[in-house]
Amino acid sequence: MSTVKAIVKRELRSYFATPIAYVFIVIFLIMSGVFAFYLGNLYERGQADLLPFFNFHPWLYLFLVPAVAMRLWSEERNSGNIELLMTLPVKKVDWVIGKFLAAWLFIALALVLTFPMVISINYLGDPDNGLIIASYFGSLLLAGGFLAIGSCISAATKNQVIAFILTVVICFLFLLAGFPLVLNFFKMFVPQMIVDAVASTSFLTHFESITKGVLDLGDICYFAMMIAIWLYATRIVIDMKKGN
Amino acid sequence: MIECLNLTKQFGHFTAVDDLTFTAQKGQVLGFLGPNGAGKSTTMKMITGFLEPTSGSIKVCGTDVLEAPLLCKQKIGYLPEGAPSYGEMEVGAFLYFITSMRGIPSNQQKAAVDFVIDRVNLANVFYQRIETLSKGFKRRVGLAQAIIHDPEVLIMDEPTDGLDPNQKHQVRELITDMSKEKTIVLSTHILEEVQAVCDRAIIIAGGQLVADNTPGEMEKMSSYNHAVTFVSNLNTALLNEIKELDFVRDVTYDSRLKETTVFPSQGLYIFDEVSTFLKNKSVSVDSLKMEAGRLDEVFRNITQDSKEREVVK
Repeated sequence: MSTVKAIVKRELRSYFATPIAYVFIVIFLIMSGVFAFYLGNLYERGQADLLPFFNFHPWLYLFLVPAVAMRLWSEERNSGNIELLMTLPVKKVDWVIGKFLAAWLFIALALVLTFPMVISINYLGDPDNGLIIASYFGSLLLAGGFLAIGSCISAATKNQVIAFILTVVICFLFLLAGFPLVLNFFKMFVPQMIVDAVASTSFLTHFESITKGVLDLGDICYFAMMIAIWLYATRIVIDMKKGN
Repeated sequence: MIECLNLTKQFGHFTAVDDLTFTAQKGQVLGFLGPNGAGKSTTMKMITGFLEPTSGSIKVCGTDVLEAPLLCKQKIGYLPEGAPSYGEMEVGAFLYFITSMRGIPSNQQKAAVDFVIDRVNLANVFYQRIETLSKGFKRRVGLAQAIIHDPEVLIMDEPTDGLDPNQKHQVRELITDMSKEKTIVLSTHILEEVQAVCDRAIIIAGGQLVADNTPGEMEKMSSYNHAVTFVSNLNTALLNEIKELDFVRDVTYDSRLKETTVFPSQGLYIFDEVSTFLKNKSVSVDSLKMEAGRLDEVFRNITQDSKEREVVK
């Protein structure tokens, strides 16, 4: 446990030692504001809620989370650092969890910095703050899901650009899994049962049900499972790929 | 102590390490020699637990690396090739990070860091980012992280590669200093380094062990062993005259260095004979010395032989 803590601390420090952290946070804050006010018409709707703000999070994360995740492992492999990490008396799973948690905490920090949204909406009207907290929670889970996918892809390649693009594509597929676009494609050659299974893996349906205020254990379990599976896959991929 | 038994590593169809068996004793500096791609680094990566062997076993201080990897990693200090580290970190912060990863209790971390900082002279760059350091300093940071937990076994992949002569000297002194109470394995392709620091050398070629001996014994395998070399202006007549002497097997002459080497027949000491001969002929000689042997020649012979042997098989 103490090693995980040390890894998280080191990773977080390294985010802020480089411009990555500041660039990410500033872009995240600007974009989430722009999306909420211009595309989501937060004011014009005349409703005291943050739905237009949260509705754009999946699309914002689609590009920003892979940008954070792409360097998690491919950079270590590229610099040869992986050899140092893997020969320290630390379990591989500690590295996987530590690096993931650091990136997740970092995104959480960016999310917390959107608090002026909550203050403004409370000033303007009388929103359901329980719903807002649930939505923040859902948004964080969604980011965690994307991040776990990105961590696995990053472990599979030494090239950060490839890691970024592949992560965006895979996250996009998981996001859209519930949409007709994807489902019709599957309907062509697999039975309905599998189509339903695919539909149930959609990030978007689970995220939207949370932002609608239905904090269902199923949705939380879904994201927790997603994160656990992809992190487990990361550990396997590291073992397979560390030598090349 | 490190024991490797029938160690083999295959990458697909390529055999990087082929049935390697050797033991490294405590208090000994063992040098891995071999051409590039001979399997030196792969062997080290297997000992440190970075790669799993395809077959064979490795024991570090009596513990099997595959059965108890974390316990073994605890006992090993490892300097990977190129001394990788986190470039964006400061030297001090990086070393503190390594102490927590090595499970050194927080009340002993400062002592451990201070000790290595002093040992490898990093005090002046303690607050400097690693990426801004010169190659020599980076290598020293790598060394510092490898010895920070005072390991029983120290494994270094080309510790002096790319360092200037002063830095090489410092690193070698450090290795010699630590050699008494540790098992040290280092790889190199600088042959003078083997003479300077190693008690024993293993030559690997094509993944196989082709020689295992002390550097002194290896020198004796050289045809230069006991040969006499002198620098002087010689004419061909005189050269032929030396060649005709009954204790001389062969003579070579390097016209660029004006260096003549006289090879004795069958293990004879011919230093006195050669110097008397030169005195009698009143040849002026700039330098005259007896050779112990040349490791580079032995190295070439052995590693190229092995390729030929392969063809014969």
